[in-house]
Amino acid sequence: MAQHYSSFDRGGRRWLFQRLTAVFLIGVLAFHFMLLHFVNHASDITFLGTQARMSQVSYFATMWLFLVTATFHGVNGVYNALVNQGLTGSRKNAVKYMLGIAGLLLVVQGTRVSLAMTTLV
Amino acid sequence: MSQSYNRGTVEDFGRWREFTAGMWAWIFHKFTGWVLVGYLFTHIAVLSTSVGVDPASAQAGSDLYTSTLSGLESLLIVRFLEVGLLAVAVFHILNGIRLLMVDLGVGLESQDKSFYASLLLTGAIVIASVPTFLGGKLA
Repeated sequence: MAQHYSSFDRGGRRWLFQRLTAVFLIGVLAFHFMLLHFVNHASDITFLGTQARMSQVSYFATMWLFLVTATFHGVNGVYNALVNQGLTGSRKNAVKYMLGIAGLLLVVQGTRVSLAMTTLV
Repeated sequence: MSQSYNRGTVEDFGRWREFTAGMWAWIFHKFTGWVLVGYLFTHIAVLSTSVGVDPASAQAGSDLYTSTLSGLESLLIVRFLEVGLLAVAVFHILNGIRLLMVDLGVGLESQDKSFYASLLLTGAIVIASVPTFLGGKLA
């Protein structure tokens, strides 16, 4: 067997969460593409159509979880890629907080967008 | 008996000619990941046009969200970019499944073959999807 080679620290929780979110995202990203390009063509999307979909509790919850898990997976992935390239010390810390804030802002704005699209709230 | 291989670091991209299938898989996964996270931020920015939509204009189909999306979809370049996004997303999904298998120790001996299978399947799915992506009304 090849020697251990990973972008993550052994036993780290970031590795576990990256994999757990990956399992969820594999299904939801494929579903999102199918629904909004094949079932409904992207050029036919209207606000009323979006609102009808986002006003179903299960669809709304799935899309909001999609936002949160994709943001975590993406931002954590970028952080790990940079650490892998040799980012250390205070620059590593600065990048960690910047990415954390960027991810948080994305979730906040994504939540605003989700709420604007639904009649549930 | 365990064997170990010293192939050098994948970060040393200057020696790309010596890269093995697994190293290319690693690079493609990072590249597609960067594209997808960049797209995620752009996607939420575009969808932000839904905030504060006027109900009357939504009924008439002339609201900012609907007109922004149909305006983007009327551009042929956007349709091609969407095909590119599909390619990136499908590869990231298929290679992601491959990585989960590798992590679980399933099919380690065929990890190079599963990388080639990911590439082939991505190509097939993307080619089959081109008519759908380029179809629908254009400007």
